[in-house]
Amino acid sequence: MVQCLAPDGTVVRPELLPEPAVRLDLYRQMRRARHFDERGWVLYRQGRLGVFPPFGGMEASQVGTAAALTKNDWLFPTYRDTGAALTLGLPIARTLAYWRTSPHGWHMPADLKVLPFYIPIATQYPQAVGAALAERRKGTRNVAMAFIGDGGSSEGDFHEALNFAGALNAPCVFILQNNGWAISVPTRTQTKATDLSRRADGYGIPGVRVDGNDALATYHVTREAVERARSGGGPTLIETVTYRVKPHTVADDPSRYRTEADTAGWDAKDPVLRLRAHLLGAGLMTEPSEAAMLAEIAVEFEAALAEADSYPEPTPAEILDHVFAEPTPQLKQQRAQILAEEQA
Amino acid sequence: MTATATSTRTMTMVAAINDALDVALGADDTVHIFGEDVGVMGGVFRATDGLQMKYGAERVFDTPLAEAGIVGMGIGMGLAGLKPIAEIQFAGFLYPALDQILSHLGRYRHRTRSRYHLPMVIRAPYGGGVHTPEQHADSPEAILAHTPGVKVVIPSTPADAKGLLLSAINDPDPVFFFEAIKLYRSVKEEVPAGDYRVPLGKARLVTEGDDVTVICYGGMVEVVQKAADAARAAGIGVEVVDLRTLVPMDTETVLASVAKTGRAVIVTEAPRTAGFHSEISAVIAEEAIEYLRAPVVRVTGFDAPYPPFTAVEDVYRPNPLRVAKAIRQVMAY
Repeated sequence: MVQCLAPDGTVVRPELLPEPAVRLDLYRQMRRARHFDERGWVLYRQGRLGVFPPFGGMEASQVGTAAALTKNDWLFPTYRDTGAALTLGLPIARTLAYWRTSPHGWHMPADLKVLPFYIPIATQYPQAVGAALAERRKGTRNVAMAFIGDGGSSEGDFHEALNFAGALNAPCVFILQNNGWAISVPTRTQTKATDLSRRADGYGIPGVRVDGNDALATYHVTREAVERARSGGGPTLIETVTYRVKPHTVADDPSRYRTEADTAGWDAKDPVLRLRAHLLGAGLMTEPSEAAMLAEIAVEFEAALAEADSYPEPTPAEILDHVFAEPTPQLKQQRAQILAEEQA
Repeated sequence: MTATATSTRTMTMVAAINDALDVALGADDTVHIFGEDVGVMGGVFRATDGLQMKYGAERVFDTPLAEAGIVGMGIGMGLAGLKPIAEIQFAGFLYPALDQILSHLGRYRHRTRSRYHLPMVIRAPYGGGVHTPEQHADSPEAILAHTPGVKVVIPSTPADAKGLLLSAINDPDPVFFFEAIKLYRSVKEEVPAGDYRVPLGKARLVTEGDDVTVICYGGMVEVVQKAADAARAAGIGVEVVDLRTLVPMDTETVLASVAKTGRAVIVTEAPRTAGFHSEISAVIAEEAIEYLRAPVVRVTGFDAPYPPFTAVEDVYRPNPLRVAKAIRQVMAY
């Protein structure tokens, strides 16, 4: 398993350290993600955010991987990958809107190729292969990155996608976040396999296992995979070994299926604190400079929240919008029905 | 239907489909064709014959054997700006891909507020009448018609097959294009050359008549025509409506015909319960009941898997005698 920092922040693979500016940026992005996660809980309890799947504790798995992309690349995130989407540039306000069940959360910025969070499991994997192939056909060096969980790797689509990507040499990077749980089902019940990165072997593509709580390690292996894909070397499967320390969603009660002891050991592996210890120890960050960073992040979030608050609610007839480029006669008739019922 | 067509050539339906694909590949280099055996072999029915040779293995290519992968990959290609045309070898093999279709293909435009749309065509041979093995003769069009955001097209003649397929390929939204296996080589007709289009959503009046409207599509049209000819010989005026497109459905033509004749028979080879025939019947009941002189009659397959038993296949799949009986039934009511 590739690791750059030990859980206490000590450097174990100095040759893997990225530039100081990259290390600082990864930390900022992890803090932004964690801030979203923490504020999200509060907003949910206040009734200002709908049910959403928290990802706190998985920041290194999401930020370190997505940070290896540029805005020309594709990102196919699952519902738990807010941290990855924010890292590539998905606006916080849109993300809040999505989890508020507002159609404004379905408006993706024109300069980003981030797809809306995928609710069905594993279906985005074959789609990423198609987007990757299309980029190659168009003669670009752009890649597609898709996320999945350990549970999702049981789905047929996961296998079909890896096989297609290998057979067609698609410039694709598959991130398998092994966070230990598929809602209530632990990985050991999910599969007899103990090293999910080795599933790549069956498709003739490289598989890499990385400490998913070490942002420098996830960044390093992902950057290598992205470069390989860009230069025609084909797909890679990366298993990030992490843990879902939070419940499946804010409405879930994990005490029904796991003990606190299961989770406790992972608090000591916290990805944010790990990189923090390194940055402070290496003199790349001071407590005052960190405090200033956190203050900026808080201001950014509150501004985004205000923007999300300003989005108008949808009107009833909007549910019929964007089904086809041109509404069918049937859709026109149904729109007239909604409008008539509104006026009645 | 289009002014660009300058000459015609006699073709079978499969040749007309091949011609349409050729025209589409030639006109637009974002068009890509893929599926099982579509490349070197040219498809099990030869619908893509010669296209890989002509346009290269980057644009016409074989995929691994996996329907969800084919459709899912096509979705990704469509997202990234290509025009994917996927072949599913038989409509009865479509089912592994239903998650991709129901969860994604039909709703991408909706869930991205039109930021992304999928100009994808999925072609699939369907239907019975040619003594295929198990699972090769299914008619799953109602499943797709019930899926918001996808269009469903089923031609019944070579010229329509070409014209509708080119419209489907040039449509900005996903289109299922079902091709009746029975018709691939059994009929020949003059097919316009070049970029010939038949608009989606417009039914075709096959024959006119004053006494009864028979609504059908795809492989059932020739069956209905035989029954209509016999009825006509017995003095009954049968108006045959070939729906051509299930989504969007040309209700206007259907209702106008039923208003004229006052009697409706609907013929499909799909299972009876919850088939598209039921939708047509409901539309007539809702919109034209005051014109009806007899209850609507459906002639369909049965609520059993399509039987691969040559000796009795014709019992499952509506034949001219069953259609003729239904016509007599609505006339006698």
